[in-house]
Amino acid sequence: MKASKILMIIAALLPASLFFLPMWTIELSAPQYPEPLGMEIWINKIADMKTGDLQNINLMNHYVGMKEIPTHIPEFDVFPWVVGGMVILGLIFGFIGNRFLFLLWFWLSAIFGTIGMYDFYQWQYDYGHSLDPKAAIKFMDSAGELITYQPPLIGKQMILNFEASSWPAIGAYLLFLGMALSIIAYWVGRYEAGHKFPPL
Amino acid sequence: MKKTIFSITAIAALAIGMIGCGAKKDGGGAMSGSNAEKVYVAPGEHDEFYAFISGGFSGQLAVYGLPSGRLFKVIPVFSQDPEKAYGYSEETKPLLETSYGFIPWDDAHHPDLSQTKGVIDGRWCFINGNNTPRIARIDLKTFETVETIEIPNSAGNHSSSYVTDNTEYVVAGTRFAVPVPQRDMPISEYKGNFKGALSFLAVDPTSGEMDIAFQIMMPGFDYDKAHPGRGKSHGWFFFTTYNTEEANSLMEVNSSQNDKDFIAAVNWKKAEEYMAAGKFKTMPANYAHNIYSDRTHSATTTWKKEVKVLNPAECPGLVYFLPTPKSPHGCDVDPSGEYIVGSGKLSANVTVHSFTKMLDAIKNEKYDGEAYGIPILKFEDVLGGTVVQPGLGPLHTEFDDKGNAYTTFFISSEVVKWKLGTWEVLDRKPTYYSVGHLMIPGGNSQKPWGKYLLAMNKITKDRYLPTGPELCQSAQLYDISGDKMELLSDFPTIGEPHYAAACPADLIKPNSQKIYKLEKNEHPWVAKSEKETKVTRKGNEVHVQMTMIRSHFSPDNIEGVKVGDKVYFHVTNLEQDFDVPHGFAMIGANTSELLIMPGQTETIVWEPKRVGVWPMYCTDFCSALHQEMQGYVRVSPVGSSTQLSWSLDGE
Repeated sequence: MKASKILMIIAALLPASLFFLPMWTIELSAPQYPEPLGMEIWINKIADMKTGDLQNINLMNHYVGMKEIPTHIPEFDVFPWVVGGMVILGLIFGFIGNRFLFLLWFWLSAIFGTIGMYDFYQWQYDYGHSLDPKAAIKFMDSAGELITYQPPLIGKQMILNFEASSWPAIGAYLLFLGMALSIIAYWVGRYEAGHKFPPL
Repeated sequence: MKKTIFSITAIAALAIGMIGCGAKKDGGGAMSGSNAEKVYVAPGEHDEFYAFISGGFSGQLAVYGLPSGRLFKVIPVFSQDPEKAYGYSEETKPLLETSYGFIPWDDAHHPDLSQTKGVIDGRWCFINGNNTPRIARIDLKTFETVETIEIPNSAGNHSSSYVTDNTEYVVAGTRFAVPVPQRDMPISEYKGNFKGALSFLAVDPTSGEMDIAFQIMMPGFDYDKAHPGRGKSHGWFFFTTYNTEEANSLMEVNSSQNDKDFIAAVNWKKAEEYMAAGKFKTMPANYAHNIYSDRTHSATTTWKKEVKVLNPAECPGLVYFLPTPKSPHGCDVDPSGEYIVGSGKLSANVTVHSFTKMLDAIKNEKYDGEAYGIPILKFEDVLGGTVVQPGLGPLHTEFDDKGNAYTTFFISSEVVKWKLGTWEVLDRKPTYYSVGHLMIPGGNSQKPWGKYLLAMNKITKDRYLPTGPELCQSAQLYDISGDKMELLSDFPTIGEPHYAAACPADLIKPNSQKIYKLEKNEHPWVAKSEKETKVTRKGNEVHVQMTMIRSHFSPDNIEGVKVGDKVYFHVTNLEQDFDVPHGFAMIGANTSELLIMPGQTETIVWEPKRVGVWPMYCTDFCSALHQEMQGYVRVSPVGSSTQLSWSLDGE
């Protein structure tokens, strides 16, 4: 089989890891939590990083009026189908072997990924801003505005006494690797078709 | 002339210089600096060793870190502890149950850590109750007392609670001989009639639970201390005796008359053979066995009704007496199991018996008469060696990993280091003051960790800031890694530290439990979520199943209780987070608070005597809104028709 096809097949299989590996993690650390609290976001659930973490994060959050983090949201009904569909589509494209299909797969992944990130951002915004007016703790910033608690989309940020870290997890990294491989498969396909590698 | 003046000046300068240098050395500026470093455990760092030090008359077991000497926990064992509701909560009261009824105190002397193949394994700590003879077992995953068992036919449980090499048994020896069975008789008829029971409790290798396998009914001496044979002497246990004179009054004089008392060598493997052969008598008895379960978070009492007894006079080969000067206290076995050190507290020497020679003397029947049917071995034929004139009043010996022994001397207030085999004194250091016992981590096992020595003292006087007439007792930590001992630090202890046992922190730390898993909670009145909370009435008993979580009770408003009711607050801590306990207190409750760990359920009883609305609150600072963690109970008059109701925020 052509090298480009093999590469594309591997690329298509990598996102399947999201069925057994977490996609994203958000960790909260503070001096009184030498072992940080954390949650893992999978394609079909939100789970404890270590036992009890979600309960403990919710306990911390309720003082400032944040809603309880759900273990299931409607997106979780959709994600597995999208990921599964992309894997199958990628495999089909790989066996067909047309490099433009590889590129299409890359762009579809990128679009779905971006939609996913935007959706994530919306959830984070909602969580950080929909605060119970009866919340026990209401801090104001220097301008007199109510402080809100939206976690970072990606990266580190202080939220009151916690340092929140939001990063992709192993499942997402494998997805990115898959996407990269699909581009490489496209270039290898170009080479196989007679084109020289483009001058750098 | 010039030469003379020059010489005199030079000599004078030299002399002054030498005196000056000498003075500096005594001050020890550089030395004390490095000693401070040896005991400094920087903020955020952990100590190297756990030390379990007995509280003596406090009845408790203290957990310290070495080398810092910091106190981490006082584990309640035999005394009530209102801080933790130990002996106050319905669940822990049974642990203090005895055949004399509920007893809120005892005298806890000798902790010993469980061993596997002669090496400390960090699973359990055993400790004896001296006044109402008992042994307690502490689980080192939770650092809680999980079992107490009473010892029948005993009075004063002093030569206890020591484990065998592989924790097959933990022993309990009576200190005071008594009539067995107890009966009305004149005290002056002690001699020949009173007996001393040595009890061997089998330890279940998985659960750790104890069971009295057999008792050996010995003559009416006092049985002071004991230690197991190990390695080559595995299978034997050694007990010191005093009062072989069998005096019953003015013991300080009358028990000190004999030139030699005995170390009783008990062959427990032989005892197992006699037990299997049925050579025991079953005596009726009545004693309590109390076990605490981590699943139900409760203790239950079982009454034991009999005990199996061996008579040494009818069991040849079971017990031998080794003559030992003079009113010996400590009976200590070196790591190889060859030497049995008898510290005769009224002698000027330390006597060391040889196990090999003992076996030989037994084989060749080198007897020097017998006492109550038990052969007395000839002193010269069992003697390994004598450490001559090392100090005044030897009490107790432990060992390092280099063939050295360290003995405490109460009267001369010092610790003396000497060599096994050559019996020469290598070093001595004063203790401040009047040292009782010392402890080397692992020093009572086949594998000592010869880095530190802890001396535990009886008299404190001017060592620390004074606190009125009653002063704490003290402990000194010595560095024994070099040829000479170095005093590193000095720290106060709780109660009276009779004895201690220590081991590297790594044996225990990784297993230290962080929370109790809520889903595993099998307490009969648990509420595993706020939905499961309720209040039920059974006659005049009201059972409240409530929960606590940051930062509220559920329910926190209860109505329908009446004066004269017995209200049981069964409180479950719903947290599953490390180090988030909650406390519970009710105004007017004639008992202590509750201190509940995550996932646990505990109960106290409140008997309201007055009509009104009474508050309850969380006593342990749990969260930013801890002050808001409170509730009310409405108490109506007797016979009122107020309905039983409970709610949180109106629901």
